[in-house]
Amino acid sequence: MNIFGAVGRASLAVIREIGRISIFALRSGFSWVVGPFYWRAFFNALLKIGFNTLPVIGLTAIFTGAALALNIYDGSMRFNAETFLPQILSVSIVRELGPVLAALMLSGRSSSAMAAELGSMRVTDQIDAMSTLAVDPYKYLVAPRIIATTIMTPVLVLVADIIGVYGGYLVAVYLLDFSGPIYIRNIAEFLENRDVISGLIKAGVFGFLLSTMGCYYGFTSKGGAQGVGAATRSAVVASAVLILASNYIMTSFFVEF
Amino acid sequence: MAEPKISIRGLRKAFGSKVVLDGVDLDIDEGASLVVIGGSGSGKSVLLKCVLGLIHPDAGEIIIDGVDILKLSEFERMRRTRQIGMLFQAGALFDSLKVWENVSFRLLYGETGSARNARKKAVDCLAQVGLSADVANLSPAELSGGMQKRVGLARAIAADPSILFFDEPTTGLDPITADVINTLIIDRVRALGATAISITHDMASARKIADEVAMIYEGKIIWRGSPESMMNSGNDYVDQFVNGRAEGPIKMSIRRA
Repeated sequence: MNIFGAVGRASLAVIREIGRISIFALRSGFSWVVGPFYWRAFFNALLKIGFNTLPVIGLTAIFTGAALALNIYDGSMRFNAETFLPQILSVSIVRELGPVLAALMLSGRSSSAMAAELGSMRVTDQIDAMSTLAVDPYKYLVAPRIIATTIMTPVLVLVADIIGVYGGYLVAVYLLDFSGPIYIRNIAEFLENRDVISGLIKAGVFGFLLSTMGCYYGFTSKGGAQGVGAATRSAVVASAVLILASNYIMTSFFVEF
Repeated sequence: MAEPKISIRGLRKAFGSKVVLDGVDLDIDEGASLVVIGGSGSGKSVLLKCVLGLIHPDAGEIIIDGVDILKLSEFERMRRTRQIGMLFQAGALFDSLKVWENVSFRLLYGETGSARNARKKAVDCLAQVGLSADVANLSPAELSGGMQKRVGLARAIAADPSILFFDEPTTGLDPITADVINTLIIDRVRALGATAISITHDMASARKIADEVAMIYEGKIIWRGSPESMMNSGNDYVDQFVNGRAEGPIKMSIRRA
């Protein structure tokens, strides 16, 4: 057993997969350069990803904000810095937790749904049937989902930011006896545009990644129900890993500026 | 004699080490109905998918109307294969759309389609396969297997194709429904003056819809003849297949194509 051979084969497989996914994403993106545009499919995707995920995003954000407030208070009390709770909480949520947690929730909810939906269409020949009806499945099925998710994730993250900070507000004001107006004013004075914008840029990238993974694994799934299950799992795992890894890369880039 | 509508030369396709098509040669004259028979896993579906451009063969030529479509660019090839209507084995109806949207999918979303009168056209096509207008608003999941096949047929003929493919049109249907579908196929192919290729292992269906029968075995066409001569072809392989005997020269293939 040749260890170099095994490592080499695994590396080549990874590189091949990255290549395939890149071609898939480019092929889908370019399909929307010329018409006809499937606006209805696009608006459906916007609605599904943007509006229907609001409850889950809101719940995630409010509980995260609330728990974060308790933790920050407890931790910062050890060096008498608890008055900085609003500042620390808001910057954590806006720059890091809002985008990352919202994207992870979306990968569990939307990326998996895309993989399952496209996967079942693949194994029941619906995608092939679409090609024979002169409709490009990349254009009708994939591109609307990727574009809609890339647009809607920042919007959702903005909502998550607000709700998350509000979750912290509830705990700070009603449990920890902060003054509400001061909480708000501290945050407003402290937060900079770049905190929010960097989070939203992250969100856009996350949205692109998680929808591309969902569509890619669904689109290329094979082998019946088990294949669809495998596609869903791969989509969620791949998008979660990519979200976390790209988050670090983007964060290290943003703190330079 | 005029040149054949479709001419397949030396078509080869292997998936990994499994050779599915091993030099298929086949000519179909304009307006003829060819039935390809062969066991499961003998490469029948792959043959059709190669002609449709859904699978890219390893070698060979597919000449439609005198042009080798494999030598064309993807765009040109798609433009030419649009004249092919396909009835998929399990119907492959889009389950997120209503029946009438399925039937006029090409008009609604196809690059050359016009959405005007799409519904009226769908109802016309449904009438041609013996379905009334009240079916139009149902969703495909509400239909029985035979009804789904009819809707699939209506969808395949909606764009007046000059070539029609039928992938096991009667599989999974009771004998009466199967006969109804066979009759509809003959009827529609004649009305359109289309060239038809059907693949099946239903002998009753083959006898009924074929002008000519070809048998595929281990990736090659091993026999061709009229449906009448099929039952006493003198070919051991054909004999075993049409009489459905377990004993004979044909061994079941284990892996699917």
